[in-house]
Amino acid sequence: MSGILSNAGMTEIILNAFKQTLYMVFWSTLFSVILGFIPAIILTLTAPDGLKPNKIVYEILSFIVNVFRSFPFIILLVILIPFTRLVVGKAIGTTASIVPLTISAIPYIARVFETSLRETNPGVIEAARSFGASNFQILMRVYVKESIPRMLNGVVLLIISLIGYSAMAGTVGGGGVGDIAIRYGYQQYKTDYLIVCSIILIAFVQFIQMLGNYMYKKMS
Amino acid sequence: MIQIQNVKKSFKKTEVLKDISIEIEKGEIYGIIGQSGAGKSTLLRCINGLESYDDGQILVDGQKVDIKDKTNLRLLQKRMGMIFQGFNLLERLDVYQNVALPMKFWGINPNTPESKDKIMKLLTLVGLEEKVHAKPRELSGGQKQRVAIARALVLDPDFLLCDEATSALDPEITRGILALLQKINKEMGITIVVVTHQMEVVKQICQRVAFLSDGRVLAVGKPEQLFIWPKEREIRDFLREESDKLPTTGVNLKLFFFGEGNQRPIVTMMSQELGTDFNICWAKLEDFREDVYGSLVLNMEEKDLQRACDFLDKHDVTWEVVS
Repeated sequence: MSGILSNAGMTEIILNAFKQTLYMVFWSTLFSVILGFIPAIILTLTAPDGLKPNKIVYEILSFIVNVFRSFPFIILLVILIPFTRLVVGKAIGTTASIVPLTISAIPYIARVFETSLRETNPGVIEAARSFGASNFQILMRVYVKESIPRMLNGVVLLIISLIGYSAMAGTVGGGGVGDIAIRYGYQQYKTDYLIVCSIILIAFVQFIQMLGNYMYKKMS
Repeated sequence: MIQIQNVKKSFKKTEVLKDISIEIEKGEIYGIIGQSGAGKSTLLRCINGLESYDDGQILVDGQKVDIKDKTNLRLLQKRMGMIFQGFNLLERLDVYQNVALPMKFWGINPNTPESKDKIMKLLTLVGLEEKVHAKPRELSGGQKQRVAIARALVLDPDFLLCDEATSALDPEITRGILALLQKINKEMGITIVVVTHQMEVVKQICQRVAFLSDGRVLAVGKPEQLFIWPKEREIRDFLREESDKLPTTGVNLKLFFFGEGNQRPIVTMMSQELGTDFNICWAKLEDFREDVYGSLVLNMEEKDLQRACDFLDKHDVTWEVVS
């Protein structure tokens, strides 16, 4: 292994790719968490057991979420090209790949957050109501407050699947560790690249999971 | 004062409350008792607007509880603290933060010296001053309920509503919680409404009770009146009393004893004075709050009845012929 790592060209290529992966994963996680939180809140409020049950709103939003979730990422990537161009000005590159990554993650995070929020003990919500809490107060001080560790778990899962998806984003010139593994390791038969990239991805996923578990413990 | 007047409520097609009328006086501990499914929890939830009712009205100190009038309802809810069977504490907040939660709903800063002082006083009242920063999962059931009680008192309510608050606790812990409720009633003058299916709760703290059965009020009164010799079959079933196994020959005479009466050997005195024997076929001695109440049924021959009644009247013993 020391032989491989002493290869200056390779170290630089992979380090650069790792930065790209971090860049893509970080921004798409951030955007999707912010944007996915909104439908999650609407779903929680309008669910049959929610504070403002509304079957029509819930079913329609739920349907939209399901539609976006059922798109294979690679297809979404292609379909979204015009939209990506509209948002970032170009359809190719690391920044551009953040758009499809985010779009694919929003419905996922919406569903994960909805499930987390709705797991809140209904008795606690009732207690809050009995003290005269408004719906908004119940939402923020009870639902969200109690669900943060569960939501955090969902974000950890999201980050890990975004690391996987970001490899596919290489198809639109997104770069990243996965892309290097495919182009150098697989297509050019450079086994050393494949191994190093895999190890980096494994270590990274492990690190994220451990960090997530630690934070879950701290927060709950 | 809480006035419940001809309240009716249905879930879909099932009538849960059928024309309920009760008056709860200021400063008393009022029990609402009955089998599960009798509608007692629903009634309690109607009182503080967690649930709407279809007909009739509920007045709290003259103000109508109306779920549509949100502003007024909130103000009424502020005056009615509530505790639950499942404690319903927030798992991620510590004891102090849980108690402070209702303050936050009302825009009161829980970290000012006055708020801190108040919360600490309440935690001392419920005996948890050592557990200020413990999380609910580190507490026992009884301790959790104590936190819930402190939380229910933090907005200085006039009423405390208890929904099966001791049903999940063992008898020893239950006694502790009931003693605490009694203390709160006496020292703070808070009116307490207790919904329960546990007879010991009624016996230990309730000054008056309403017995609910199948969505109706079957009987209202002092617990000792209602439960020493219940006339209603539903109440007897509830108490699981063998009251129908009285002898069918002769006459059955029931004697009541309140406090003092227990100290006198009435039965033997009567037996000696009348020169006849009685068969004691049923007896019960029970504690209601601080007092002991008893009753027993004597079986005797028809011819002795008049003399026995005269004797009892002379000695100030309440009696009743039962069949």
